[in-house]
Amino acid sequence: MALVLDSETALIRDTALDFFEKRAPVSALRKLRDDKDALGFSLPLWRQMAELGWAGFLVPEAYGGADYGCLGLGQVMEAAGRTLAASPLLATALIGASALALAGSEQQKAAHLPALARGERLLALALEEGAHHAPFAIAATARPSGGGFRLDGEKRFVLDGHVADLLIVAARTSGAPGERRGITLFLVPGDARGLTRTRTLMVDSRNAARLSLDGVELGADAVLGPVDGGADALDPVLDRARAGLAAEMLGGAAAAFERTVQYLKDRKQFGVPIGSFQALKHRAAAMFCEIELARSAVLAALSALDAKSSDTGALASLAKAKAGDAFFLISNEGVQMHGGIGMTDEHEIGFFLKRARAAEAAFGDGAFHRDRYASLMGY
Amino acid sequence: MAELDAFRAETRAWLEANCPPSMRTPMPDDEIVWGGRRARFKNPDSKLWLERMAARGWTVPTWPKRYGGGGLAPEEARILEEEMRRLNCRSPLQSFGIWMLGPVLLEYGSEAQKAAHLPAIARGEIRWCQGYSEPEAGSDLAGLRTRAVPQGEHFLVNGHKIWTSYADLADWIFCLVRTDPLAKKHEGISFLLIDMDDPGIRTRPIRLISGASPFCETFIENVRVPLDNLVGGLNNGWTIAKKLLEHERKMIASIGERQRGAERSLAQLAKTYCGARDGKVADAVLRDQIARHEIDQRAFRLTQRRAAEEAKGGAPGPASAMFKYYGTELNKRKFELLLQCLGTQALGWEGDGFAAEEKRITREWLRSKANSIEGGTSEIQLNVIAKRVLGLPD
Repeated sequence: MALVLDSETALIRDTALDFFEKRAPVSALRKLRDDKDALGFSLPLWRQMAELGWAGFLVPEAYGGADYGCLGLGQVMEAAGRTLAASPLLATALIGASALALAGSEQQKAAHLPALARGERLLALALEEGAHHAPFAIAATARPSGGGFRLDGEKRFVLDGHVADLLIVAARTSGAPGERRGITLFLVPGDARGLTRTRTLMVDSRNAARLSLDGVELGADAVLGPVDGGADALDPVLDRARAGLAAEMLGGAAAAFERTVQYLKDRKQFGVPIGSFQALKHRAAAMFCEIELARSAVLAALSALDAKSSDTGALASLAKAKAGDAFFLISNEGVQMHGGIGMTDEHEIGFFLKRARAAEAAFGDGAFHRDRYASLMGY
Repeated sequence: MAELDAFRAETRAWLEANCPPSMRTPMPDDEIVWGGRRARFKNPDSKLWLERMAARGWTVPTWPKRYGGGGLAPEEARILEEEMRRLNCRSPLQSFGIWMLGPVLLEYGSEAQKAAHLPAIARGEIRWCQGYSEPEAGSDLAGLRTRAVPQGEHFLVNGHKIWTSYADLADWIFCLVRTDPLAKKHEGISFLLIDMDDPGIRTRPIRLISGASPFCETFIENVRVPLDNLVGGLNNGWTIAKKLLEHERKMIASIGERQRGAERSLAQLAKTYCGARDGKVADAVLRDQIARHEIDQRAFRLTQRRAAEEAKGGAPGPASAMFKYYGTELNKRKFELLLQCLGTQALGWEGDGFAAEEKRITREWLRSKANSIEGGTSEIQLNVIAKRVLGLPD
């Protein structure tokens, strides 16, 4: 397990850092928000990212991807996190590509992965139904109908849900909400009859939607992975999502921290830089430690995913929990240490606070992952 | 890669052939080997194990062979460590000479000093202690007052050191002394090696809240120390002192990592003392706290490993302050959680009614409070990070 990047991956990181800093600074997110941009991200930017190979980083070469792995994509996500760049990296390049590549049939992969890798197909995972991440609490139903299925139910917090060309919907083919067994994944076209998508405007200005499935008719070939075994198919996909999102959160936390430390050096009160006050120094030093621990956890999780090691689940939870702790602490302290200006919409530090909470809620918060970690460790 | 595999196979075979079976069992405190002129071996196998490891240079695997080391590359040393852990081999020798003095002698010592002291450290023949803190110089270490005055071929040393770990059992002391009382406080300090076999040196153990006395006061009265025992030049001691502190922090940071073999985990103890339901710790709040601690512990270990990989076996830098701070705070948290798990069974002091494991936890809980004080308090570590890592102004 590598905790230090090899030169090729370091080059990807440097390219990505430069790319987002120049082409998608925090001001770009502000503009998307203020313009009430219908898409929620810049399509030309996404095309450029696809040209750099990032859309297809998890797509096998046979389907037009780079097959570069999670550690590489994690570097791009961390860089995107530093500038809070809005893009389909998480929903499409990481989650969508993983679900198709890991659980898809030959036909499904051939139909979607090449377009996905070119940046021409957007995906979204429709999983959550309640206010908290609960991958087995699926009440949406999929009943046999004709030769296929008929889907009914409600989904929320579907990232990129209102713009996706293709939705991966978790619905119940048997069992009761809360049970692992009985969940099935379906590929649902964005324009399917009976599907209503409502964009929800989120605090972090990033994309999410509610879906209403009202008798959506699908053929048998829409099933992704095994019938009733959707939870097993979803596990590795969710662990990738958690580790990748943790990388993004690490980037956000690191950038918010660097901005705050710089402010401590620049801002003068009582005739001296406020960073000379021990009350602030100690808190800054403690934040530094949290970033370092989060970075190690993220690198370990991404490497473990690529190595397909047996403790991937625990490491993904470790990474999400630690990156979440770090981002929570630093986004709060960042606002506090910026004082009055930190409370203004004009200043960018508040954007980090907002993103921290939305990212925390996605794919399990700290409490969820501590519970999961304890279970995986046998207590 | 093939060479490393061969080294691993060779190492494994040698350990299997040479590590006595009793040296592969959990080590009770009274069998820990510290070496020195007055070394006692409660278990004769400990002596044999130390001699065999020392003959191979493996008490100090990465030191040069000519100074009693193994001459191993960092990757080889890591393999040795892994193979020792695999066989549950005890550490053959614990030593402040190995952990603190050796690395700075290698960097700053004269050839004669290296030749005189390093092999004796490697073989466990001389036990060292650290003369840093003084009653009036704790966190403000550079305020130390112990005087060393050159007189002909000697320094005449007078002073009072405190928190000298195991000074009552040590043979030599490495000391910070003031050699220029007029210079700025950081610039008048020297690093001196002193043989404690001198009637002018007295030690007095200090009883701690844990009931044990790992620390001493050390009184130095009119002790004559050869000029040759000065390390790194006159009034250049603060540079060496800081470097040594980085090694000390690294040592203390790993305080929770000592291999204790059969020790039960937090989660196991929680299930025993607080009950389990469906294989889980029954108390959901405690379970969450344990998970939080274990997640932090694991992330901390990963960070130690990452730092080692990044440094490629080089010396610890200012980031050692982070490891010292976080590692000791983690260890304190662990013991507070253990107390929470054990309830009143963690409140016994001595005698009947409490298992040995319970009393050990009580005593170690109290001992752990020193972790974030010794070797520089947590507050001092945060100062170091703020200044030297983050570049925040004074």
